[in-house]
Amino acid sequence: MSNIPSELKYVTSHEWVRNEGDGTVTVGITEHAQGLLGDMVFVELPEVGETVSTGDDICVAESVKAASDIYAPVTGEIVEVNEELEDSPELVNSDAFGDGWLFKIKLDDAAELDALLDAEGYANSIDED
Amino acid sequence: MTNKTVLHAKHLESGAKMVDFYGWEMPINYGSQIEEHHAVRTDAGMFDVSHMTIVDVQGSDAQTFLRRLVINDVAKLATPGKALYTGMCNEEGGVIDDLIIYYFSETNYRLVVNSATREKDLAWMAKQSEGFDITITERPEFGMIAVQGPEAKAKVANLLTPAEIVAVEGMKPFYGVQVGDLFIATTGYTGEDGYEIIVPDSAAEEFWEKLLKVGVKPCGLGARDTLRLEAGMNLYGLDMDESVSPLAANMAWTISWEPEERHFIGREVLAAQRAAADQPKLVGLVLEEKGVLRSHQRVVTEFGDGEITSGTFSPTLEHSVALARVPRSVKVGDTVEVEMRKKLVKVQVTKPSFVRNGKKVF
Repeated sequence: MSNIPSELKYVTSHEWVRNEGDGTVTVGITEHAQGLLGDMVFVELPEVGETVSTGDDICVAESVKAASDIYAPVTGEIVEVNEELEDSPELVNSDAFGDGWLFKIKLDDAAELDALLDAEGYANSIDED
Repeated sequence: MTNKTVLHAKHLESGAKMVDFYGWEMPINYGSQIEEHHAVRTDAGMFDVSHMTIVDVQGSDAQTFLRRLVINDVAKLATPGKALYTGMCNEEGGVIDDLIIYYFSETNYRLVVNSATREKDLAWMAKQSEGFDITITERPEFGMIAVQGPEAKAKVANLLTPAEIVAVEGMKPFYGVQVGDLFIATTGYTGEDGYEIIVPDSAAEEFWEKLLKVGVKPCGLGARDTLRLEAGMNLYGLDMDESVSPLAANMAWTISWEPEERHFIGREVLAAQRAAADQPKLVGLVLEEKGVLRSHQRVVTEFGDGEITSGTFSPTLEHSVALARVPRSVKVGDTVEVEMRKKLVKVQVTKPSFVRNGKKVF
């Protein structure tokens, strides 16, 4: 079983969301997802300043195997992207929950976080895959 | 039902991620397919290819039969152990499979065909063999390990007896020789130096273990695909199938047109296609910007549309490469466009070969 940190929130499409407590969240893809995709070769990140809505495809993670859309887990504005991934996309593989983060969103509505899955809910969702 | 090769337990011991490959549970990688790829380009890696089908064709009509069955001419093979790459076509000139044929004598040949096409290949050969004095014998009691890379031969030598080393010393490319229990061939699917070794099932695990101990890295199907694609080698089912002519799959060089009286299956159709020069062709595509070319993407050219047959990220070149079937008028050096995720992206047309012996070749 993959590592699924209990302090994070999740979406069934395999994004994780960390509440930074300052009105922003950090988003990445789970260890389970990076394992499915295999070695990452390019990550096409959204633009800082872009406004995104929950469910929008805003980022593409391209592995040796496939190109995979990453969806905005919440509505808000992109305030930062992980520029390290430009040269080191493999960080998504080696540290999916840490240095392999993708982007940060300034939340429109913090209540949206309550609708996301907790670790147990996400674990159940990938069992059904 | 899922088949397992004799090395299945070894893969699990090495932490392989297993996937279904046409009914076989095979390793896709042992962690990172890119690291495995680089091991083969710079050192030595090994692949379990025991799922591939070994078929011996023997009997007084063996040569006559094979001269009809495949598009290359086995009569060209004169030195025992010499091998030939070729295609087996249907009457319509479509590729049933690609294969390697080893020659031992005019009454004794060994064929290695794809596992994904095993049943139809065996059925086709059985049907075509009517009236020929031959036996066709599948040899499932063997495992097969491909050891590939610039250090592959030196590492394998550590496992051989002095007599065996003498037997394989100085073997030219595309030869096979039986040394003791092992059939060692200078063939491969990576564009690197190395061997493909057929080993009895009973000795396969021990042989694999010894290769591990001398530092040969286990590599999965993922690396096998990026390596063969960089080398510009076709994969059956993607780059060609029964609906595709060998002339449209960069396999014209595997057809022997001489002598004219040799009536191989598909000859009439292929000769007409050749005369008309109307078949599309398989070329290489190179994308140096971000993005990865993938199978089935549309290729837009001034002469009409084509299609990517295989595409990937090339770990050696650090950008994407692909094989694509395009109208014959498209030339090496042209710029064409590929529809990627709803956008048209410019790519360069090259010969269908990108990396050989660790070096860029286009």
